[in-house]
Amino acid sequence: MSMKQTIEEKLGTRFEPEWLEVLDESHNHNVPPGAESHFRVTLVSDGFAEQNLLARHRAINATLADELAGQVHALAIHAYTPQEWQARNGTPESPPCLGGGKADRG
Amino acid sequence: MDVQQRIREHIASQPVVIFMKGSPDTPMCGFSARTAEALKSCGRPFAWVDVLADPEIRSELPRYADWPTFPQIYIDGELVGGCDITLQLHEQGELEKMVQQAADTAA
Repeated sequence: MSMKQTIEEKLGTRFEPEWLEVLDESHNHNVPPGAESHFRVTLVSDGFAEQNLLARHRAINATLADELAGQVHALAIHAYTPQEWQARNGTPESPPCLGGGKADRG
Repeated sequence: MDVQQRIREHIASQPVVIFMKGSPDTPMCGFSARTAEALKSCGRPFAWVDVLADPEIRSELPRYADWPTFPQIYIDGELVGGCDITLQLHEQGELEKMVQQAADTAA
């Protein structure tokens, strides 16, 4: 299973999201091909309604703690309620890599 | 001073602190760069720690904060979040208020 699939499966089980998108953005960064190290998650769930941004991100980070302790080096997170998601129309793009952290972990 | 104490010192002694890769003027990571730009646009000075230059803090801060990645932004001693949260608050106009209030209260 690819890391992208692992992340999709774990987040899908934990949050039962209305919308979930996981992008492998590793190719934009200073890592070898196929590194599966940099990801972007967009997750829309009713469960976020009672949580502030910090709590939402912590819940996602905790669900992926094993992956973050291993090969996943960067995880961009966009966590919305269905109402917030409808109001926005999409997520911002990730920034370009600037070369720091070569061959090591964040 | 051990590394936990040094982290506490950074966070407690400054109203606004970013732990980042590189510096605000020479960032070494796109996420750190964007976050530092958002802080700069708030119109108040802020403190920064380059975790690439301080491997102890780099390895200990994720555990200290229960937050796995960099950058990390602290306002008034509290973790605000990383790049995405900071940019979202910036987009909503909240970041500027939080930074200005913290900086002006400390001044």
